[in-house]
Amino acid sequence: MTLAYVRTEDAPKLPAPASAAGLWPRLRDRFAPTPLSGIGTIIIALFLAWAIWSIFQWAVVSAIWTAVDREPCNTVTAGACWPFVQAKAMQWIYGFYPIEQRWRPNLVFLIGAVSLAGLLIPKIPYKGWNALFFFIAFPIFTYVVLSGGFFGLEQVDTEQWGGLLITLIASITGIVASLPLGILLALGRRSDMPVVRTLCTMFIEIVRGVPLVLVLFMAANMFPLFMPPGINPGKLLLALIGIGLFSAAYMAEVVRGGLQAIPKGQYEASMAVGLSYWRMMLLVVMPQALKVVIPGIVNNFISLFKDTSLISIIGIFDLFNIVQSGFNDAKWASAQTGNTGYFALALIYWAFCFSMSRYSQFIERKLNTSYTR
Amino acid sequence: MDQSAVVMKSVNKWYGQFHVLRDINLDVKKGERIVICGPSGSGKSTMIRCINRLEEHQQGDIVVDGIPLTTNLKNIDDVRREVGMVFQHFNLFPHLSVLENCTLAPMWVRKEPKAKAEETAMKFLTRVKIPEQALKYPGQLSGGQQQRVAIARALCMNPKIMLFDEPTSALDPEMIKEVLDVMVDLAQGGMTMLCVTHEMAFARQVANRVIFMDQGQIVEENEPNEFFLRPKSTRTKLFLEQILH
Repeated sequence: MTLAYVRTEDAPKLPAPASAAGLWPRLRDRFAPTPLSGIGTIIIALFLAWAIWSIFQWAVVSAIWTAVDREPCNTVTAGACWPFVQAKAMQWIYGFYPIEQRWRPNLVFLIGAVSLAGLLIPKIPYKGWNALFFFIAFPIFTYVVLSGGFFGLEQVDTEQWGGLLITLIASITGIVASLPLGILLALGRRSDMPVVRTLCTMFIEIVRGVPLVLVLFMAANMFPLFMPPGINPGKLLLALIGIGLFSAAYMAEVVRGGLQAIPKGQYEASMAVGLSYWRMMLLVVMPQALKVVIPGIVNNFISLFKDTSLISIIGIFDLFNIVQSGFNDAKWASAQTGNTGYFALALIYWAFCFSMSRYSQFIERKLNTSYTR
Repeated sequence: MDQSAVVMKSVNKWYGQFHVLRDINLDVKKGERIVICGPSGSGKSTMIRCINRLEEHQQGDIVVDGIPLTTNLKNIDDVRREVGMVFQHFNLFPHLSVLENCTLAPMWVRKEPKAKAEETAMKFLTRVKIPEQALKYPGQLSGGQQQRVAIARALCMNPKIMLFDEPTSALDPEMIKEVLDVMVDLAQGGMTMLCVTHEMAFARQVANRVIFMDQGQIVEENEPNEFFLRPKSTRTKLFLEQILH
């Protein structure tokens, strides 16, 4: 017996073996590796089948598809009352915006969608100009075109804006304001300067410590008391500022989490090549920190999008409020009107949130340069 | 004209109550190559990190290429333009390609146009023998390749002085040589270098002077042959026995 060994020829490099098992054993391994988990699979499958069938039954099979008023929906056997949605759809989108003026929100929707698509699709050039337009010019354009009162454009008070229009305005404002503000707050909270650090920490902790509902109430009712007489920015603007500041406080903590994930060496290397504080943050630290916390940032965006429904409590007719207020319309009030309205609402909110979620996953994959094996 | 690249006079530094640098006096001439060695925690890294103000000293004077290092932010910026640094863990920017790592500072600090910065970057990437990796990301390179990119990144700012903080300590053995070759090439080009390293063969080959530090002090310094063959201090002798087996 000797310990010496020398390989005389290389072992062949082979392709990985294909899965030996057939379809049936593979399925069994996935869904019923043990009798107990097999029973679990069956129970879950039965529950899902029941749930899906019930919803399908209500939303499609026994649903009312055509009606001019509530009559067909107001029976015991009726399912979803879709004519209600059809009748109210325009109001859900525009609120009480005057019907003959609706080309104005349409114009805003169109320009916003084109500009946003340009920002979100990586291949489209002119990102810098587009961003400048979307974040600076477009909000002003939106406000001017929607409120009017000049060049023969009829004035439309913000009180008349409503529906999806308001929900989108509120959430885009919140999203656009919260990220840069949150980044500044996060940097401030980690600053070496005691005054900056204390102010930022106080802001974050105070704003995070109160419910959004309260912030909105205070913005709408208390804040105007402090304003000089004659100046009234309007409920909507104050609510938008409230939402922006509120979400900025949350965003700051998410961003701070990302900052903590960046190794000290990145700061040292930036300083060693001579980058100033702001350049180091802008070019080296933030791109990495924000990438780490994309899931958290999008989480905030999604929850902000849904939280805009809270502005209904200060009397603004956002999508949620306007859908609800339609339930009392004597022409449509029936047993299924509310259910149908809420179901449609859920679908609308879900569609927007799910799109955000998918887009963030796409961006995460695109930005991944770590190549960890 | 002053011939000193770096002058440290009676430099003291504390971490809290811990006296980490004690009465450091050092005069590095232009074009001189210095190797600094010593046991872990002896203050080697802290000392060279004081030279580009990654660490702040509390007492004494440091003058880099005629610029005194004080709390004056402009002086700190000026010093960092003169001094390049290479770290133990490379510290490349992982979100930028190799080329972008090299052009970032020239474009944003020196305001060079992109084309010129890229030309300079390719010149130095060629010098460290990895021009073909320019468009890859740091995560796709081996440790030795990453460290060579880090050297190229520092060189792109045309520094007069290069600091190396244990550049080969985090590398697999078979990659150490490729990095040392680049450093030798740099030394032969006349660069002023301060290297914290335990590569004694490198010290013998290129150093004008070897400095041994222990417990925050410079214990012994000498030209390499004398230093390795006839160390004077018992602490130096003990240290050399431990690393030269």
